[in-house]
Amino acid sequence: MNELMSTVDWSRAQFALTAMYHWLFVPLTLGLAVIVAVMETLWYRTRRESLLGITKFWMTLFGINFAIGVATGIILEFEFGTNWSNYSWFVGDIFGAPLAIEGIFAFFMEATFVAVMFFGWNKVSPRFHLVSTWLVAVGVSLSALWILVANAWMQNPVGMRFDPAQMRNVMDDFCAVAFNAVSMNKFFHAVMSGWALAGAFVVAVSSYMLMRRSNVEAMRWSLRVGAWTGLIGLVFTIYTGDGSAVAIARVQPMKLAAMEGLYDGKCGQELVGFGILNTDKKPGDDRQAIFAEISIPKGLSVLANHDADSFVPGINDLINGISLTPEGDTVSTVSYAERIAIGKTGRQALAAYNDAMQRGDSAAMDSTAAVVEANFRYFGYGYLDNPADAVPPVALTFYAFRVMVMMGGLLLLIFAACIFAAGTRRQLWNKPLMHWVGLAALPVAYLCSEAGWVVAEVGRQPWIIQDLMPTNVAISDVSSATVQFTFWLFAVLFTVLLVAEVSIMTRYIRNSTKRDITK
Amino acid sequence: MNELELLQAYWWLIIAVLGAALVFLLFVQGGQTMLYGRTDESERQLMVSSLGRKWELTFTTLVVFGGAFFASFPLFYSTSFGGAYWLWLAILVSFVVQAVSYEYRRKPSNLLGTRTYDAFLMINGVGGCVLLGVAVGSFFFGGEFTVSRANILNPGAPVISQWASTRGLELMTSPRCLLLGAAVFMLARTLAALYFKNNIKAGEAFSRRMSRQTLCNGAVFAVLFVAFAVVLMLSAGYRADGAGNIEKVDYLYFKNLVDMWWWGLTFVVGVVLVLGGIALGAFTESDKGIWPAGFGTVLVVLALFAIAGYNGTCYLASTSDPASSLTIANSSSSEYTLRTMAWVSLGVPAVLAYIIYVWRKMNAGGLTSDDLHGKHQY
Repeated sequence: MNELMSTVDWSRAQFALTAMYHWLFVPLTLGLAVIVAVMETLWYRTRRESLLGITKFWMTLFGINFAIGVATGIILEFEFGTNWSNYSWFVGDIFGAPLAIEGIFAFFMEATFVAVMFFGWNKVSPRFHLVSTWLVAVGVSLSALWILVANAWMQNPVGMRFDPAQMRNVMDDFCAVAFNAVSMNKFFHAVMSGWALAGAFVVAVSSYMLMRRSNVEAMRWSLRVGAWTGLIGLVFTIYTGDGSAVAIARVQPMKLAAMEGLYDGKCGQELVGFGILNTDKKPGDDRQAIFAEISIPKGLSVLANHDADSFVPGINDLINGISLTPEGDTVSTVSYAERIAIGKTGRQALAAYNDAMQRGDSAAMDSTAAVVEANFRYFGYGYLDNPADAVPPVALTFYAFRVMVMMGGLLLLIFAACIFAAGTRRQLWNKPLMHWVGLAALPVAYLCSEAGWVVAEVGRQPWIIQDLMPTNVAISDVSSATVQFTFWLFAVLFTVLLVAEVSIMTRYIRNSTKRDITK
Repeated sequence: MNELELLQAYWWLIIAVLGAALVFLLFVQGGQTMLYGRTDESERQLMVSSLGRKWELTFTTLVVFGGAFFASFPLFYSTSFGGAYWLWLAILVSFVVQAVSYEYRRKPSNLLGTRTYDAFLMINGVGGCVLLGVAVGSFFFGGEFTVSRANILNPGAPVISQWASTRGLELMTSPRCLLLGAAVFMLARTLAALYFKNNIKAGEAFSRRMSRQTLCNGAVFAVLFVAFAVVLMLSAGYRADGAGNIEKVDYLYFKNLVDMWWWGLTFVVGVVLVLGGIALGAFTESDKGIWPAGFGTVLVVLALFAIAGYNGTCYLASTSDPASSLTIANSSSSEYTLRTMAWVSLGVPAVLAYIIYVWRKMNAGGLTSDDLHGKHQY
């Protein structure tokens, strides 16, 4: 069991490493593709040579980032097979479809038209080139759509049934999978956050160039484009974030409780604005959960249910199966101890079904299949030993959520300040303080973006598929030493490639301060 | 044949088409191994630029090949990828280093230096071709694994597919798999020489060199391929009978070629086209050899996939527990998923159409030294 857990931990670490590196590059690709396409459109309409030069400047930076995003992406797809082989069988019938669609429709679009984007200036007409640039932007967003449909399905598994004969889940409603309550919100949330991050990137680079008094007019224009794109992206990210909170409250209430460090909920629950989490606190004990707490009254009830008086369950409430109506009436749900019992019943029935199938006893197969179906909703709990195993790492989720929100708020102020400064107050955008503010946008945006993924992925633990499959059951038959080796291999490889990328980009930007980029 | 069987056969055909396209597009990897040598710097730069406009198509086809396998035959995805861990990870690493190399190799401050990125391209060129050939070799020569779905009921050891402790290293040292890997590698180099001759307009001397490369690489490929074909035709394979019982059958792949004569014919036509393309490129001044050779490659690989998966053949046989062997019937997705994805696959012709259209547009007039003066260069 220890060897298994070690393999699980290293496999999780490897997947997290790959995903976090991948998520450094993908949001920039998502947003920068749109920014470049908008710039090229403006050039196409006006035919001003300076706009063409600016477009090519940002396009080059896009290309440097795009390559490494592709490199980390391929590993992610194949890691579902190499490191999570049980998962691949248990839900491959459902999960594989969005990945295949992503490949067929999004990746080929990107791969085909990105060549035109970079090398087609003298090979195709300006109109065809512009269409190609937009198709690259559409392609990267389509790619995000399908991978986020797949991810959302893991958080909210719908549109499927369990097939006991094959011991796997099979899809029975593609539309339910593609357009489930979580997926569309998640898609727009992620894509818009990409716009915000790319906006921050453009703002930061422009600020650096302005600090060096280089390409002043071009960079002032870029600053405005970046700040507006970032602001629009961020506003929609916040809006869809609100939708995400409502969806999480319904389908992953334990994640919401962990995000808030909330153990005992109530009607009109406050939202923690600031606090220090008591890491010794365990479910069911009397310790204080949060020290030095500053809260927004009724904030969490509003966030989760859009109802200031509604009940938001805490970790203890969920474990004990307690919920309340806005009037304070107790509503019993299924406690986690009961869920574990139900899950074990389902698993035992599945074993009995398997025995009956081996014997060819169709009557026993029918009766045991009915028991499996009746208990399948909590099938994954059958693998847990006690209710506390279903609680995600609270501290990491709690702090990551706060980092995401605080950095998001800060970024909003930065974008607003940049738009204001780059507007009519000519002298303001030229002040060193504004340049430093613009430069700060980039680390702030990255912290916000990465923290968001930590909330989403750590907060859903221990589930790889919500309520149906714990992460430790999804594993491949690989030794922990093997996964340790590949973890460090990827850690070194991705880090080297990241340093190379940053080095190339900074050199390119530095060199660009010495030339007129509009020519 | 009921609807499920029809859909399974259809999806195996889609996998075969993607596999065939991937093998053809490996000319990019083959070309990467030809960057070293006696070519001068300007020619080398033309070759890099020529390949740099196409590498993403190969890369994407590999990704889609994996995604399509996941969607249509998930038990293969979980068994082979999770089992032959070292083999697949080695393939992936070789493609990861390729993905950045074109973009980064000549950029200032690229940390590792141009030679390192060129070495990455070489690693991908050799490793990508040989290892993908080895992986496809497992479709014919199997692996040591067991599949027990009931394992998932055991929380202490829940893994369904269990591979030998060598985790794919045994495939990387299998002479038969390596033979196919070597043949794929030499085919990729041959196709690359034909592609360069077609795409790069750098004078007669360059064209003659590519003809010579076509001949040398093509000859070695032909020898390796004949050796592989003989080994394959003489090999036993595993097949499922109507009840799903697995049995070992001598000369299975030869029998499949005869039983499914239309695939046998496809195989022969493909081989003739490949040889014709090589001859056209090696012995004439024509730059069109890539097309018959490329189309022939697609036909041959299609036929190989067909005899690996159709007629009840186990496309991933377990040599340690034949009952665990994978066929397209016992490893596929459900009828609903296959049908849904079949509708999705109707969009593939549109994808192919724009790829061909853009390829023709971008290749019009070939690549000359004038194309090396743009701002974005590899």
